[in-house]
Amino acid sequence: MPPDVVAEPAVVTTGPMTPRMYEVESRREDLADTVTLTLAPTGEPIAPPEPGQFTMLWAFGIGEAPISLAGSDGALLTHTIRRVGAVTRALCDVGPGDQIGVRGPYGAGWQLPAVGSDDVLIVAGGLGLAPLRPLVEQVAAHRDRFRQATLLIGARSPGDLLYLSEVDTWRRHAIDVEITVDVASTDWTGHVGVVTFLIDKAAIDPSATTAFVCGPEVMMRFGAQAIADRGVLPSSIQLSLERNMHCAIGHCGHCQLGPAFVCKDGPVLQWSAAEPLMRIRAR
Amino acid sequence: MKSIADLLHEHPFFEGLAWDAVELIAGCGHNVHYGTDTLIIEEGEAADVFYVLRRGRVAIEIPTPRRGPLIIDTLGAGDILGVSWLLPPYRWGFGARAIEAVDAVSIDAACLRGKCDDDPVLGYAMYKRFAGLVRERLQATRLQLADLYGNDAS
Repeated sequence: MPPDVVAEPAVVTTGPMTPRMYEVESRREDLADTVTLTLAPTGEPIAPPEPGQFTMLWAFGIGEAPISLAGSDGALLTHTIRRVGAVTRALCDVGPGDQIGVRGPYGAGWQLPAVGSDDVLIVAGGLGLAPLRPLVEQVAAHRDRFRQATLLIGARSPGDLLYLSEVDTWRRHAIDVEITVDVASTDWTGHVGVVTFLIDKAAIDPSATTAFVCGPEVMMRFGAQAIADRGVLPSSIQLSLERNMHCAIGHCGHCQLGPAFVCKDGPVLQWSAAEPLMRIRAR
Repeated sequence: MKSIADLLHEHPFFEGLAWDAVELIAGCGHNVHYGTDTLIIEEGEAADVFYVLRRGRVAIEIPTPRRGPLIIDTLGAGDILGVSWLLPPYRWGFGARAIEAVDAVSIDAACLRGKCDDDPVLGYAMYKRFAGLVRERLQATRLQLADLYGNDAS
């Protein structure tokens, strides 16, 4: 008879800073510097994310980075990531089967009008389409709840456009999608110019419109202002701010912007609250 | 059939302009149509008109030696094509091509400049509207120059 051995219980650490383990299920190269990963949990998944929330993705041995959810399907998470630093480079270089730590979901997401037949105006610039993608999917899934649904997409060039294969699907759901680029060769038949010009022409009823804007911060400032100039209430314009999120739970203060912690109070804020914060100059 | 004055009166650029002023401007205009892929404006040629776009789309182009023509802006119904007629040397800075069939009212620049000289109230109203247009396009150009979608700007 074997001697009695009392196994030591495994040390399980849980808490808001502990990542859950995920495995890369698929990796798609979207642009030269941008990939989309689909992650599947290897154990307990994170809580189901809401459109507009973000997670902290952990590249083991390198570090963590806040990445917006570009989609979720059951326990599967989709993230579109651009190579801009050591962590995102490591995350972009993973392959199927590799493991990534995931914390979250964090922050306040997009708030679609609960009832009614309001117009929805979604304005995306560059990689800003990624956090808006779950919202677009939600609008498409509940299209009958809204009167006019418009998606305006701006990018540097036709070769920098994300999710082009999904645009036709969105159009089939009666979402009016207009795309503009900063510059193009003559084989491009879409719009050329800044996305704010498309805002001026969008077929919306400003008094009954909820607008969502995500992209580079300067573009969001001009975009939100152009929407407000159309007569949409500042409290009906939502933006997703990007700041230097570290802990993602409002403790470390790295993402503090005036009185707000972007990780906790945002990343989605109303223009009425975001406008004064966005005027704070970085030191 | 609508008169030129009716067409201008319906166009957003002339919104709020007094009817008699619209009629004066209409006296310098006539209807034009350009088929898809037709060159409307050739860079460097005399800027002796501007176009009040009613239908279709126009690409503003700049030729480049290695990459061929680049589209730097697109205009459509409700827009104005051409500001180079306003000031000397009255020469087009960029080319323009119809990327969808275009219906427009073409306004003769010398005719309108003459009317603006004779009627400063009309001249002020017109130049104020065009100043707004130039401001919008300058702002757009600055945003494009900032390359907002590049890595460093995000």
